[in-house]
Amino acid sequence: MDNNNILEIRGLKSYFFTEKGTAPAVDGVDIDIPKGQIVGLVGESGCGKSMTVRSVMGLLKYPGRVVEGSILFDGEEIAGLPENKLRDICGRDISMIFQEPMTSLNPVVKVGKQVRETLLVHNRGISKTEAKAQVIEMFRKVGIPEPEKRYDSYPHQLSGGLRQRVMIAMAMICKPKLLIADEPTTALDVTIEAQILRLMKELRDETGMSVLLITHNLGVVAELCDYVYVMYAGKIVEQAETFELFDHTAHPYTKGLLSSIPRIGQTEERLHTIPGVVPNLLHLPKGCAFCNRCELADKGCKGSSPELIEISPGHMIRCFKNAAGEAVASDASSAGVKAPGTGASDKAASGEAKKSESEAAEAKAEAFDKAGHAGEEGAL
Amino acid sequence: MTNDKNVLLSAEHLYKSYDTGKKDKQIHAVSDVSLEIYKGETLALVGESGCGKSTLGRTLIHMLPASSGSIYYDGKDIASMTDKEFRPYRRKMQMIFQDPYASLDPRMTVRDIIAEPIETYKLCKSREETTEMVLRLMDAVGIPGEFLQRYPHQFSGGQRQRIGIARAIALSPELIICDEPVSALDVSVQSQVLNLLKDIQKIYDLTYLFIGHDLSVINFVADRVCVMFLGFVCEISKKEELYESPLHPYTEFLLDAIPLADPHRRKRERKVLTGEIPSPVDLPKGCAFCTRCPYATEECRTTRPELHSIGDRQVACHHPLQN
Amino acid sequence: MSSQDMKDIKLNDELQLEIGERDGIRDKLKKMCRQNHLAAISAIVILIIILMAVFAPVIAPYGETEAILIDRLQGPSMKHLLGTDELGRDLFSRMLYGSRLSIAIGILPSLISLVIGVAAGLTAGYFGGKIDYVIMRIADVMLSIPSLLLAMVVMYTLGTSTVNLFVALSMTGWSSVARVVRSQTLSIKESEYVEAARSIGVSRFKIMTRHILPNCIPSLIVLFTLNVPSAILSESSLSFLGIGVRVPQASWGLIVNQGRQFLFTQPWLCMAPCVAIMIVVLAFNFLGDGLRDVLDPYMQR
Repeated sequence: MDNNNILEIRGLKSYFFTEKGTAPAVDGVDIDIPKGQIVGLVGESGCGKSMTVRSVMGLLKYPGRVVEGSILFDGEEIAGLPENKLRDICGRDISMIFQEPMTSLNPVVKVGKQVRETLLVHNRGISKTEAKAQVIEMFRKVGIPEPEKRYDSYPHQLSGGLRQRVMIAMAMICKPKLLIADEPTTALDVTIEAQILRLMKELRDETGMSVLLITHNLGVVAELCDYVYVMYAGKIVEQAETFELFDHTAHPYTKGLLSSIPRIGQTEERLHTIPGVVPNLLHLPKGCAFCNRCELADKGCKGSSPELIEISPGHMIRCFKNAAGEAVASDASSAGVKAPGTGASDKAASGEAKKSESEAAEAKAEAFDKAGHAGEEGAL
Repeated sequence: MTNDKNVLLSAEHLYKSYDTGKKDKQIHAVSDVSLEIYKGETLALVGESGCGKSTLGRTLIHMLPASSGSIYYDGKDIASMTDKEFRPYRRKMQMIFQDPYASLDPRMTVRDIIAEPIETYKLCKSREETTEMVLRLMDAVGIPGEFLQRYPHQFSGGQRQRIGIARAIALSPELIICDEPVSALDVSVQSQVLNLLKDIQKIYDLTYLFIGHDLSVINFVADRVCVMFLGFVCEISKKEELYESPLHPYTEFLLDAIPLADPHRRKRERKVLTGEIPSPVDLPKGCAFCTRCPYATEECRTTRPELHSIGDRQVACHHPLQN
Repeated sequence: MSSQDMKDIKLNDELQLEIGERDGIRDKLKKMCRQNHLAAISAIVILIIILMAVFAPVIAPYGETEAILIDRLQGPSMKHLLGTDELGRDLFSRMLYGSRLSIAIGILPSLISLVIGVAAGLTAGYFGGKIDYVIMRIADVMLSIPSLLLAMVVMYTLGTSTVNLFVALSMTGWSSVARVVRSQTLSIKESEYVEAARSIGVSRFKIMTRHILPNCIPSLIVLFTLNVPSAILSESSLSFLGIGVRVPQASWGLIVNQGRQFLFTQPWLCMAPCVAIMIVVLAFNFLGDGLRDVLDPYMQR
């Protein structure tokens, strides 16, 4: 355990055991969150980013289950802890904010009281009036206007931006060491989003907490994060410091994502696209999960799945084709990354065998997506 | 500039309000909107949630009755028409919806979904002919024909949105209202659908009213942009001019708020808007934006600015930004 | 439903979204059979009873009204599986014949009330305003009168006959169907696919029949399976009170009525039809609950 890391996830695997087979939603993920840093976890819907944090927080529900892996929080193993112990740590030292603040707040309890309850549960010695004063102070800190008045508001009386601020206040009230934010601004308007992002940064600078930010928006990552993990189909495909990632993007998927964002000032008539769709976790392609959408893919990519390799200090990618053009095979051993997830794909394969018919249809669908966009690619 | 273009649809002093159930209290969703949509262009409606952009889009194509004001389509006032009188115009204006998971009936096959408009207007004589036309439409949007009998839940979000597009172009309309067609999609799929929308526009000679909140997406699709705030039009400009030099302070804030996918520009001077959007029930007496605007003066608080022209741009502000 | 349940449902939806597959009705029925054995067994029991009712003349060892006076009031034996009544009629055969009426009375009025309820609910929900007000107030009135009392009044006014029994039972069930359909219509009406249909110019009638109704079907299946047992119970009660099915026809309620006087001496005359009623009602209820769990996680009772 590196003492600088508040959270270390090693070889985390969380699967969904559905009637149609086993879906490896999180398939051998390693994540480090250094103290005082904002770490981004980026990916499209279905890549397993939300499932990763749910595994950490012990929030996975049937049919999902953490299969293996270790989660060290502040040097303490929290994977497999009984629920009541985990709750204790999660509420006090790890806090979480969600995408839609309305569903996370109890609609019939005043927001001030809800935040106060969180404080009282984790600090038994505090009196109620003292707690109320602390809540109002926290409301002021997160930029809620007229905090004394808002203390007695019900969630539905607040706007989306204010509700998200209340959520942040609730998450911050116990002075957590780690804040996990799952798409905190996706449901908000851009002007409010800018406010909330600025607030999160200020709180980090002030309190020195760490933040794990889950998002699909690369713009948000570029604005806020120190270090970024890019996730695709349950695996980390690229990780690097933010500047390195944006300056020397190496994985074809990350490159594709970055170039398919429309940017202000660009004049091209067409957008770059990644052909096809995110693969179904029940029917992952053999070899690299990205191979049937990748322009660089060849036979080798379809045959076996690549490991994470270090291409420059702190910058790792999961790809046989190093887009920077350097020899990668020699780096593989020095990177010293263990091989995750081979057993997993076997399990998934046995589930797949039953589904050969629908799989054939799926393959067709993928084929069409490729064919359908070949024209678009050509026009670029 | 505007004279040499054909106006397809125009609105004059359009109002739309809803009753709240309480006396004397109304939600003013759209207030005093005047705009023109030219043939063949893409006009984008931008604004934050609750600014009335979706309501305006629906009111323009007679999906919602206007409270007052007029809407001219090809020179005829359609705002005052009854549903029956409007029927011949219905098929000329179609819609693409935001949520590809909610806009397709889960119990209908792809064929039935796309065939519905064709059958409603009896464009084809037989079932076979209809199916053939459905297949042509599916081909146009990039969904292979063998999926004819599949149900929506068997498709991904992007593919569903393609089906929605096929349904919208089935009647060969002139105007399509795109109501946030890509905001529910993933980045990699979003670009596919945006490209498709552009292709379709060229092939079928369509006019788009593109409703959105993401200014970078708008930048890609739009020719002109109309910025809305709290039911009012703030500014209507050509895209290049708007992004280059916004006239309305609100536009400037919107542009500054976009998170850029470039960490090197992280330290740039950003103007972050404070405050919250006022309630659409009790509109401010003056400019709707005055409570959040850092440049607001006494005049802004007392008198409402009219939409007026500056060059070929239009802005509703007492103190438009000069560059 | 607690907010935790709502969260779980939402979570499961998200999971399904991430896994990328959703189940159709047929998959859901299969899932029910695998997970809820009680419901699966109930479905089989119901099927067997319906088959027995249909083929009653073939299975029954004696005729419906065939009286063998020498054998009167016998206990269960090989000759008479469930014994005989005071006129020497074979109880097993009579119950087989009686099941035809009882089951029919369970299913047919439920179907009729389903049709009326769907029509009323769709109209009320879709058009709203005054139409909604009038229809729903009528439904409220119907719901506020005890259904058995209403059926008795109808039977007394129209006279006791099997047809009138159908009418009486159909009148009571529709209002609860109408309520459910109306509330579903209200929410489906606001969905984007109905808006899409309106933007195309699809007529109101077609929107109601092609878009709204098919999306109500899961709840209708559940409602139907839960309505059947209550209709069977009403029939039994009415026949027991002597204002339902008339002799010499047989129905389970009537058989109970006739066996009542021998409750202490020949208890099987009462017990057998009671047990039959109980099994059918329970089976339909178990099946209905099972269906509701898989088809309709949001529906509350």
